[in-house]
Amino acid sequence: MRFTRRIKRTRSGQFEVRLSPEEREVLRGLPAQMRDALALGRDDPAVARLNPQACLDDAEVDAEFHRLMDDDLNAGRIEALEAFEKTVDNTRLDEQEALAWMRAINDTRLLLGTRLDVSEDPAERHVPDDDPRAPGFALYDYLSLLTQELVEALDA
Amino acid sequence: MTVTPVEVEEPVSDEVAVPDRPWVVIVWNDPINLMSYVTYVFQKLFGYSRDKATKLMLDVHNKGKAVVSAGNREKAELDVFRLHEHGLWATMQHD
Repeated sequence: MRFTRRIKRTRSGQFEVRLSPEEREVLRGLPAQMRDALALGRDDPAVARLNPQACLDDAEVDAEFHRLMDDDLNAGRIEALEAFEKTVDNTRLDEQEALAWMRAINDTRLLLGTRLDVSEDPAERHVPDDDPRAPGFALYDYLSLLTQELVEALDA
Repeated sequence: MTVTPVEVEEPVSDEVAVPDRPWVVIVWNDPINLMSYVTYVFQKLFGYSRDKATKLMLDVHNKGKAVVSAGNREKAELDVFRLHEHGLWATMQHD
């Protein structure tokens, strides 16, 4: 079977995106999930994974870091989400847009992966279709594939 | 890889804090970030060659962590910030 890339760098340095309407539909739903999560703040374990501890052996350094950086970190995430949202139906992306896609999609993977408590072993996610975790695992693996393709295209 | 903060009683040290005492930035292994992604982030953020970035990524993957940069507190904070921006779990500590 021939593997067709969904995302590839063109000779002009742009990024060509070939996704089915169903895939676009899935991607359009991601920003809302991320915004809902970010609204929960660091008390939510998955949000805490996005803004993790910055210093393990000095609570003051850690607190200072979060005081200084958390607003900027979250603003950056929202910015990437918005750039992703604006271009989610595009068939061409420039490099900045491709980077925003990479960030928005990987952030969503982190959120989803933390909630699903995934391990490094992909075989663990091969569950029967009627397993309640099946849709989450399928989305996680799909977003992993897109991340991989984005990295390869950006790094090409 | 989430660590629960623990309150510990620290011994009183008579060391004087030196503002520019070097800090190191450590990236910890996590089950979610892709190996290719981590390698790409190290190249992009620190300007490391692909070889160096790959070696660091493998250290993170195989040994559980790797020191990826060092400097004064301000630089360490900025590097941790940029790594968190990219979803990697990074921490800073005194060298």
